Amino acid sequence: MAEFKKLDEIQKRILMEVADLHKVPEGAYNIRSNGVSAMRATTANIDIISKPDGSGIDIKIKPGTKNESVHIPVVLSQSGLKEVVYNDFYVGDDCDVIIVAGCGIDNCGNQDSQHDGIHRFFVGKNARVKYVEKHYGSGDGQGKRILNPVTEAYMDENSHMEMEMVQIKGVDNTDRQTKAELAAGASLIVRERLMTHGDQVANSGYRVYLNGEGATADVVSRSVARDTSSQKFDARITGNAPCSGHMECDSIIMDQGKILAVPSLEANDLDAALIHEAAIGKIAGDQLIKLMTLGLTEAEAEEQIINGFLK
Amino acid sequence: MLELKHVSFEVNDETSQKEIIHDISVVIPDERFVVITGPNGGGKSTLARLIAGIEKPTEGQILLDGEDITQMSITERAKAGISFAFQQPVRFKGIQVLDLIRIASGKRLSPADACQYLSEVGLCARDYINREVNASLSGGELKRIEIATVLARGTKLSVFDEPEAGIDLWSFQNLIEVFERMQKKIHKSSIMVISHQERILNIADEIIVLANGQIREQGSREDILPGLLGTPSAVNACQKLQGGN
Repeated sequence: MAEFKKLDEIQKRILMEVADLHKVPEGAYNIRSNGVSAMRATTANIDIISKPDGSGIDIKIKPGTKNESVHIPVVLSQSGLKEVVYNDFYVGDDCDVIIVAGCGIDNCGNQDSQHDGIHRFFVGKNARVKYVEKHYGSGDGQGKRILNPVTEAYMDENSHMEMEMVQIKGVDNTDRQTKAELAAGASLIVRERLMTHGDQVANSGYRVYLNGEGATADVVSRSVARDTSSQKFDARITGNAPCSGHMECDSIIMDQGKILAVPSLEANDLDAALIHEAAIGKIAGDQLIKLMTLGLTEAEAEEQIINGFLK
Repeated sequence: MLELKHVSFEVNDETSQKEIIHDISVVIPDERFVVITGPNGGGKSTLARLIAGIEKPTEGQILLDGEDITQMSITERAKAGISFAFQQPVRFKGIQVLDLIRIASGKRLSPADACQYLSEVGLCARDYINREVNASLSGGELKRIEIATVLARGTKLSVFDEPEAGIDLWSFQNLIEVFERMQKKIHKSSIMVISHQERILNIADEIIVLANGQIREQGSREDILPGLLGTPSAVNACQKLQGGN
């Protein structure tokens, strides 16, 4: 475990989370490793079927399935591998399930490794889905680690979906696009955590359409840009019915990091109540001072502040 | 023992230099409870910040147990045994009360052990331990958590900048008991409190009156307090509630 000692608090925490995820694939799972499906398990209620053309998988969850989970982790350790994968989730009415999609790239070679996962969710009436997506990159090769996830959610009446999107370390280039369409009474919660370092570039875009009466969305993004990395956050909530939407992007910049935040709102109905908040700033000096009076060095204080912010 | 020798502190603004602290020399021996009072703008908070290392004196020396700490950083002074409770505690998004107490103690305390410090300051620990130290906490709650972090550090010298402000729902008596227990628990420890409150001045071993960046008076409570009563430097709690500052 010599390597473990070299990790800082944030990396350890993420590693712990990703390792946990690989350790407990209870229920249905499909583990994709270097471009092929390595292991798969289905349950009485959850079926996983390869698409005939080999481009991905269909995950079918029977109506009324409760307290079950699906894990579809992807691991790329072969330098130079580029893949586009389509995964479609059909979540039946009245389900209550957890879906975990982690992707880790370890690239020690000199060629770029790239995984573009296109995930589509068709969420049935009254169903509840928790979706967790964690991205992690490692390896000290010259080749870049590139992840371009596309997430689309089509949410039927009174369905509920919570998305937790985390990308903390090691991904060189990411362009993530998330789209959601909500019918009446549906609710969407998004919690995004993003950290870039080195000369990484990250784009994150959201398009949320509140199409039915009583639909609600709450999109919160917290991000940190260190070193010379740059980020763009471009999110829009569109209200096409009496609905409510809230969006918040809160960012810390360090070193020569750059962030462009473009939150936008579009109301096409008189009773669409939409709010956005955006803030970008460096770590507050008094926060550092406070932690230093507790005995931390400046670097340790920064680490604690970032660690808490991204928790 | 903390010793300040001819300490001065100046700030530069656009047009001129302004002296906030002027040639202060003072000794705070071990096992003392010292209260610093005096008019607003007299330099009390600056003096505390100079001791904690947040500001560096433009002239003079600061010694802790004989060791010159003038050039030491905030972190080094914290490690040398100085704690500082802010007048306006800092908020952190995402950092929980438990995290902050653990950082303060320098140990990976169990939640149960960390709870003891919260109970000491009259917070029902169970309700607070997992709360974030963010804008959801009231000023009074933050203030007590701030005091709990100083308790968790348990250093030889603890400096409190107006600890009583905003803790009206919790009585002065409890705050005073916190100070008393602290001094008993930590061998040879001293406490320095910036306060205008008569009840805190009442338990001082020593009172220092600071005005215009200089020590106007210094001595035992018996000598100094009678002259302060009824002035803004020693406010009676009831008087304050009635609006008479």
